[in-house]
Amino acid sequence: MSDFHPSTRGGFLENTLQGLHSAMERALSAETAAENNGVLQSLDARVKVAGLLAMVITAALSAKLRVTGAILILAVLLAALSRISLRTLAARAWLGALVFSGLIAIPAVFLTPGAAVLGSPMTVQGIRAGSFLVLRAVTAATLIFLLGYTTPWSHILKALRIFRVPVVFVLILGMTIRYIVLLLETAHDLFQSRSSRRVNRPTPAENRRLAITSSGVLLTKSLHLSGEVYQAMVSRGFRGEVYLLDDFEMRARDWIAAGAFATLAAASLLLGR
Amino acid sequence: MLFQLENLTYQYEGVTAIDDLSLAIPEGSRVALLGANGSGKSTLLRLLDGLIYAQSGTIRFCGAEISDEHLLDDVFALAFRRSVGIVFQNPDVQLFNPTVFDEVAFGPLQLRWGKDDVRDRVDQILDRLRIDHLRNRVPQRLSGGEKKRVALASVLVLDPAVLLLDEPTAALDPRSQSEMIDLMIEWSGGEKSVITATHDLGGLEIIADQCFVLDAGKLVAEGRPADILANVDLLRQTNLIHAQRHGHRGRMFHSHSHLHPISLN
Repeated sequence: MSDFHPSTRGGFLENTLQGLHSAMERALSAETAAENNGVLQSLDARVKVAGLLAMVITAALSAKLRVTGAILILAVLLAALSRISLRTLAARAWLGALVFSGLIAIPAVFLTPGAAVLGSPMTVQGIRAGSFLVLRAVTAATLIFLLGYTTPWSHILKALRIFRVPVVFVLILGMTIRYIVLLLETAHDLFQSRSSRRVNRPTPAENRRLAITSSGVLLTKSLHLSGEVYQAMVSRGFRGEVYLLDDFEMRARDWIAAGAFATLAAASLLLGR
Repeated sequence: MLFQLENLTYQYEGVTAIDDLSLAIPEGSRVALLGANGSGKSTLLRLLDGLIYAQSGTIRFCGAEISDEHLLDDVFALAFRRSVGIVFQNPDVQLFNPTVFDEVAFGPLQLRWGKDDVRDRVDQILDRLRIDHLRNRVPQRLSGGEKKRVALASVLVLDPAVLLLDEPTAALDPRSQSEMIDLMIEWSGGEKSVITATHDLGGLEIIADQCFVLDAGKLVAEGRPADILANVDLLRQTNLIHAQRHGHRGRMFHSHSHLHPISLN
């Protein structure tokens, strides 16, 4: 009898790669979302980067739960105005933040010294500390998700320039994102081509061997690619210093949004002390 | 002479890619570098663009030697980069900026053009190559044909006197191949120099007035496209044509050498 297994399940590596590939496709769908007409989509990227990061910092600095909660409600409101559904928000931002911060917060609920809650091992102070952690994590994840989902990453990179990030760093960051996507596609093709010729499920040892050989192939390809990209840059006049266009233009609504973000951040800082 | 090559030799880690090559390319000419894979065409284009340097021999561009030392000089390097543009075979290596607009603007910005001039020039070239609708697109969301067009736009924006093309129609569908050739013809207008490395003989007489045939890094023949195409022994010897097995009305299978013609608008 043949031991052929038409398995659709891959090993750890293939699953990881599949996950990365899905993340890449999500990143591309974020590009599409950034083109939708909505409040955040219509704002200058610099205002969004500065404004949303300021809100993240104030949420982290706030010592009052209700202030952090108010920032979260505001973020959800901004999402609704930017045509982002609660479902998307929950799946892409809240789930991960809740799981990771929850795992850290649960021990604090029991271990923090304080008054016991209804005779249970939980303490009021522990619940409060845990809630702070989870709420801050969820709020920060929501705000960062809003930035990434409503702004093409090319604009986020350019907006970094207002924080005096050197232009060469911005260029390298952009190229890194660009070529990670390309190499991920190559890796995906590599594994698919291997899967198409595979009959049995690979053993762990085979998987390890494949991981090593694939890493070698990808490294060689990336080295070759980087050499060619450098040549392409030199051929168009790159001489070690980079010059880029800053083509942002602040309109009235951007100034209003910048003012609103500044006011909210200041108010949150004052009220959250 | 636009390019004058004398006894050029280039080796990649001990493997000879260009072997004692001497040739001359006059100004305003349209040249095809013909050869099978691994014949040294792409290496030669990189040597002509001053991206790599030969171990021995010299290359002159309009009388000035193309060398590492000369290209360290800002004035010479910027003038040379302004005059000679190269379109790589793999457009992905050429599309390293976040958007199509940024990609096309990259060259003029590095050559220190004024920002308003850059914006105007980029708008013009995007319009001319009919890719204006792609201006805010990220490179990974472009099709193969669109990537080639953007790569071409990123070089044509500089309006170079010499255009080096490495397999410009490779991996394109027939319509995109035809459009690519139309674009090259339209751009050169009979005044610019276009040097195309290719193993595709279809449309050769349209893209070139002069051909150089390379085999294992050596120049094995040169001449007008019609003469090269008529030399079947040479084409077979250099792997530019092959025997194709086919049948007539499903019967009588036989094989003979043939070209792959390209349909042009």
